[in-house]
Parts: sequence; structure tokens; C-alpha cells
Amino acid sequence: MAADSDWTNPPAAGPPSAGEAETIGSAWGRRLLIGAVLSWFAILILVPGAALARQALGGGLAAMFAALNQPEVYRAFILSLWITAAATILNTIFGVALALVLVRQRFWGRALLDGVVDMPFAISPIIAGLMLVVLYGPDSALGGWLEDRGIQVVYAAPGMVLATMFVTLPFVTRELVPVLRELGEEYEQAAHTLGAGRWRTFWSVTLPSIRWGVAYGVTLTIARGLGEFGAVLVVSGNIIGRTQTATLYIADGVESFHPEGAYAASMVLAAVSFCLLVGMDLIRRRLDRGKGGQS
Amino acid sequence: MTTAPRPKTETIHRQVDPYNGNSRGAWLSSPVSRGEETGVGIEVRGLSKRYGSFQAVKDVSFEVAAGQLVALLGPSGSGKSTILRTIAGLETADSGSVLLTGEDATALPVQRRGVGFVFQHYALFRHMTVRDNVGFGLKIRKEPRREIRRRVDELLDLIQLSGHADRYPTQLSGGQRQRVALARALAPRPKVLLLDEPFGALDAKVRDELRMWLRKLHDEVHVTSLFVTHDQREAFEVSDQIVVLADGQVQQIGAPQALYERPVNPFVARFLGNINVLPLSSLRTGSTGRGPASWFKTPPTAEAQAYVRPHDLDVFAERNGKPYWPARVERITPLGGLIRLDLRIGVEHALQIEVPHDQAIGVGFAPGDEVYVTPRHLNVYDRDHANFQPVDVNRAITQSWQAGAGI
Repeated sequence: MAADSDWTNPPAAGPPSAGEAETIGSAWGRRLLIGAVLSWFAILILVPGAALARQALGGGLAAMFAALNQPEVYRAFILSLWITAAATILNTIFGVALALVLVRQRFWGRALLDGVVDMPFAISPIIAGLMLVVLYGPDSALGGWLEDRGIQVVYAAPGMVLATMFVTLPFVTRELVPVLRELGEEYEQAAHTLGAGRWRTFWSVTLPSIRWGVAYGVTLTIARGLGEFGAVLVVSGNIIGRTQTATLYIADGVESFHPEGAYAASMVLAAVSFCLLVGMDLIRRRLDRGKGGQS
Repeated sequence: MTTAPRPKTETIHRQVDPYNGNSRGAWLSSPVSRGEETGVGIEVRGLSKRYGSFQAVKDVSFEVAAGQLVALLGPSGSGKSTILRTIAGLETADSGSVLLTGEDATALPVQRRGVGFVFQHYALFRHMTVRDNVGFGLKIRKEPRREIRRRVDELLDLIQLSGHADRYPTQLSGGQRQRVALARALAPRPKVLLLDEPFGALDAKVRDELRMWLRKLHDEVHVTSLFVTHDQREAFEVSDQIVVLADGQVQQIGAPQALYERPVNPFVARFLGNINVLPLSSLRTGSTGRGPASWFKTPPTAEAQAYVRPHDLDVFAERNGKPYWPARVERITPLGGLIRLDLRIGVEHALQIEVPHDQAIGVGFAPGDEVYVTPRHLNVYDRDHANFQPVDVNRAITQSWQAGAGI
């Protein structure tokens, strides 16, 4: 295979003079394009980011830490972490299973399921939250039934986890479907012929082969889960200290009397997102490298 | 179009092998005798498989004698891979059964069939080293770590990759990967070894080497092996027996040379090596007066065709009394030890002949020469009667003379 590409793709040794002339001719056009793209990027992302940083750090680092050093900020962040962790773990397990079913199984309604998986991408998170309130709210039959048994879903952590799961449902699955498809079934079949059962094959062969895809999907899920606002807003009731997540705290802070806290919390969330972004990039590289070798 | 023999079980007779008992014992040290009791390694009975409206396999039956290396040969779409995968348990047949070393395996899941399977694209686990790949099947069987190590070392030695134990599959060449795949399949001491186009993904030179290597390996290892190929040369070089398939049906089973010399139908004749197809009616009788019409009890119809191998034809500058086709030399191609003559009969029938180099020198033809082509051996295909009959021309003439003299 390597040998094939060697001779099918001869080194691009075109006439050098012509190539240079072309580059020189369009050099100004290219610079203009690059400049335009960079300016656009700066206007949309860098400048607002810098403005936030300036606002948050306006009173100095000490003031920012003081703003963060509040019990409700701690609780909001810890709640965000817990909800994201729970939603990520559940969605990873379910997402891997869903991807395997979509790629490996043939059944009636598969195409429909394949399409519906993407629905959370299209539906506004607020609507997702509303669906959960309608289904599990205290006025609904199911919600009432659960409440009689001491289980509160809406305006409590379970509802917030459900809302986050709804919103982040497609990430792991969408990342894995193409990876699994490209992988094919031969590796699993090879493991079967060597005596490995389904479970053993999944742990020893399938999962190691798709691990970078899973990691990428998980990272996306975490990033989305931490930043989720709309769906959680509807189901949480935004009870300070009880159902207030980091994003809800920020929203609250902006419209009420402690904007310093909101700025500081935003800085933390933005920093976490940046770290996740770098992590995703590293994973993406591993993923592409994994695809390189056919074996 | 093609006439398949009635699908009944045809036994592939085991070749007498003086080493069989002993060397097999050394290889499959533990439970060896299973295959020996029946002498049949793989038996397929009445296998059928349909994909939607496409009948991939139609009532296929054959046997592979224990310790043999057999090829399933056929063009693409002939159902050969489906049969192999059904034997492995990777696919289920609509009907029919699979017996491995005498035991019915039809209902067994793939994990419990005890088959080694080698895939065309190797399917090596890329997150595992060569050692872990080869040892995978043993680890599944929970063999002691020391035993796994010993066995893997033994196999790496066998495939001549001892120095590569800690490499990953991506660090190996295609040929090396396929050898690792083979070692991995052999490690748990399978009852039978199944290979699906094992050399298909390799380039020509590596393929040739690996073929010879597989043949040698099989001579040492003697595990009952069935491999799928569409390349008749590969089947000829490697296998003890060949099962020829077309349209999901067995066409013929036999030793390579037997298939080549005595094909039972036009498909097999055309698929295995070059063959000339000429109208029998254009064969002139010659001065013996004993033409095709006198060779058979019922004379062939006007549409009957003669199937003649290039080396079963003689070329003469003059008539010598035997039946002949008048032809004209179009091209002469020296091929080392052989010379190939491209001839033409009339306008529409091209004809290819191979003559040994030394004979050709004496003949001294040139393009454009009128020549006489005499068959020594041919097969007559009569579509109307759907029969395909071999004819030894000289003997047919003699017999026809004797019969004629008796009247």
C-alpha cells in the first residue's frame, strides 16, 4: 500500500518558474484573504474574549479570587461538575452501545433511529427542558407518581442530569459511527474465530480500536455539559445553593447585584473550555494517526 | 449453460503420506486423533444460502480429507467466500450442515468450532504487538502464561519473525502481517485452518513467495486447510485438491492436474488455463476418412464445439491423413522454451498453439503461411445434449477403423 502511493503520487515537480509566477501574481489576493479571515475571527472571538478578561481582571487577581471565594460559587461549580460527570458517564455507555447498534445491527427502523439521534442538535435546549418539565413536572401523572415515592426529578439534580444528557446525547455516538464503520467487522470476527465471546471481544478488540473516538466524544460531551444553560435553566428552577449550576450562577450574577462573581466564574469556565479544546486537538491527532495504518 | 454434476458428496481421497501420523503428533501435540478417526477434516452437506433474491450457494457438498490443503476456486460471486465463512460459523446457511473432524458443527457458534481463520486483509489487532496478537487465542483459553510464551515463540520461529515479537502490525510489511495472521490462527491448535483469499492483498512477488512458503508450512504442519482463491495458478501451485465453483455450485472436484486434463464441463475447461474453442464441424476429416462423426455412437450436432488446449495441437505444413483444421499463421511469439503461434481458421476463429522451441525450429513457419492443425486430444461439447466428452483423437480413429472393419 505504501509502495502504491509512492509511485501513484510522484513528487509534485511541476515547472518551478510557472509555479512561482502564479504565487507572486496572487500574493496580494492571498494576503488580503488571510487578513480578512483573521480580522473576522478577531472581531467575533478574540475581542469579546479580551473584553471579558479585562472586566474580570479589572480589579486585579486578588479581587477575582475574592469574587470566586463565595460558598454559592463553590456549590454552583461542584453541582456543574457532578451533573456533567453523571451525564457524561451515562451518555458514554449508552452512546457506545447506540453506535454499535447503529453500525453493526440490521433492524426495522434503523434509518429512523439514525436520524433521530441528531435531534438534540436541532432542537433548542429550552424546548428540551420544557419536554422534561411537562413529562416529570409535579402536575404530570408520571411526576406525581414519582413524587409520591419520594423521587423528585424536576427542580432537582435528576432532572438536570436528564436535561444535560438529552442535549449531549449525539456526541459520543456521532463520533463513533464513522470510526466503527471504517473499522469494519473483521477484527471482531477474527477475535470470535480465536474463541473470544462478544463481551471479551468488545473489551479486548472493539473498545481499544475505538478508544480515541470515545475520548473525543467524551471531551465534547464534557464541554457541552459544563456549558449547558437553556435546558438546565428550565428544569432546575434555579434555586440558589441547591440547583444553581455555574452557568445559572453567571446568568443570575449578570442581571443582579454581583457581576464581579459572574465575570470571574465566566473566566474559569472559559479557561476550562480552552483546556478541553487543546485536549480535543491532541485526541484528534491520535485519531488521525490511528487511521493511517491499515492492519 | 454449464452442466454441474449432480450434487452428491464427493470424497477427496487422502494422499498417502508416510509422515502423517508422526509429524502431526508433534504438531498438534494434544488432541490429535479426532480427525484421524474419520479421515475427514471438513465435510459440507447440501449447503444453500440466499441473500435477498440472489442465490449465493446452491446445495453444495464436498469433503476435505484430514491433513490436506484444498482450494475453493471460482470467479467472484461464485459463493466460495460464503461457503468458507459458513464453515467458520461467521455466517449461517439457510440449509445444509457443516461437519468438522466428523462432528456436526452446524449449530455451534464460531467461538466453539475450533477453526483458525485468516482474512484477506489480515485483521491483526493493531493495538497489540505481534506477540500479543499471536497469543490472543491462547489467552482467551486461559492457558498458563509460560505455556503461551513458549507456544508464541515456537510459532514466531515457524513464521521466521522471531525478531519482530514486540513490533506493532503497522510496523510490518504486508507479507509479514499475513504470516503473523497465520501464526495467530494456528496458535490455539485449530481443527481446521480456513484462509479467505490469503494472498489477495499482496503484490505479485510477495504473493509468489508466500504461496511457496504456505505450501512448505503445510507440509510441516499438516493441519486440514481450505483456502479460497480466484486465481487458478495459485490453486494449482498450492493445493492437493481443488473444488471448482461457479454460480454457487460445485463444478468439479479433483487434483489440479486431473481438472486440467479432464474437465467435466466447458466452465472448468475455460477457467483452468487457456483453451481454444472451435466449431467441430469445421474439422476436416483427412484421408483416413474417420472424422468426428465416426468417433461417437450418436454423431455430434452441427453446433458441437471442440475444446482444445494449446499444447494438444500439432501444426504441419502438409496434410498427413489425420483430421485437421486448415489455418493461417498470423503471429509467432517466442516465449523462452515455448513458441506461441496465433492462427486463424477462416475469418472468425482465432486459435492459439504452443509448441516446444526445438520442434518449432524444424517447422520454420512465417506469418501468412497456410498450415494444417491436428488435435491430439480434445473435448467435444454438445450443447443440445449438454454433454462434454473427452476424445483422444488417435485412439478414436483406431477404434473407429476397427469398428468399421467389423461391419
